[in-house]
Amino acid sequence: MVVRLQEWAFDAGAELNRFSANVTSSKVNGAGAVVSFTGVVRDTDDRLIRMEIEHYPAMTGPAIEAMVDHATGCWGLAGALVIHRYGALEPGAPIMMVATAARHRADAFAAAEYLMDFLKSRAPFWKKEVTKQGATWVAARDDDEQALDRWT
Amino acid sequence: MLNIVYFAWVRERIGLPRENVETTAATVADLVTELVAREERYAVAFADISALRVAVDQELVGFDAPLAGVREVAFFPPMTGG
Repeated sequence: MVVRLQEWAFDAGAELNRFSANVTSSKVNGAGAVVSFTGVVRDTDDRLIRMEIEHYPAMTGPAIEAMVDHATGCWGLAGALVIHRYGALEPGAPIMMVATAARHRADAFAAAEYLMDFLKSRAPFWKKEVTKQGATWVAARDDDEQALDRWT
Repeated sequence: MLNIVYFAWVRERIGLPRENVETTAATVADLVTELVAREERYAVAFADISALRVAVDQELVGFDAPLAGVREVAFFPPMTGG
């Protein structure tokens, strides 16, 4: 299990290749399924100058590790990777990624979705959009909160 | 001595990232009542606690959570990670 919090950008392709090479080797359960998700700073209408992500350093790591532990136990994961950035991010830049590995795809997909749902609403990050018109905190969405219900 | 930390717009409205307070508040809700009585900026930040989340010693809790033995309380808006 790897959880990384960082300011700098990452190469999602390179991260995924490294993760896959590790978890599919016979030394680590010989996973047959790897699922990944990468979140990117949207720039749909050309207004965004940057996204600023604040977090709660004393809580972020432990909270995400607890989510990954839960997912690993629930779906028998052979491995899991979470990378999440904070600080100032440019439009088009990667924000975060999740990768999960399991023997079969259903478990890898379910664990990745679980981790995404919990990272959205239970990991202590706050996004602020800085545009030419000013800066606004991104509001949490009701459907993100409701998405957690399916895991209880 | 209790360490209080604020994030996102809660931090901006109060104008501080963290502070230490002497308090005899029994619960988070009691602490909020004490803070709101102090100054207008706290009243503004805590005007609608349904729009806020709270963690004690880095664990999410409800506003009825007890403060006995707690070292750090964090107030922040609903999280927007991912």
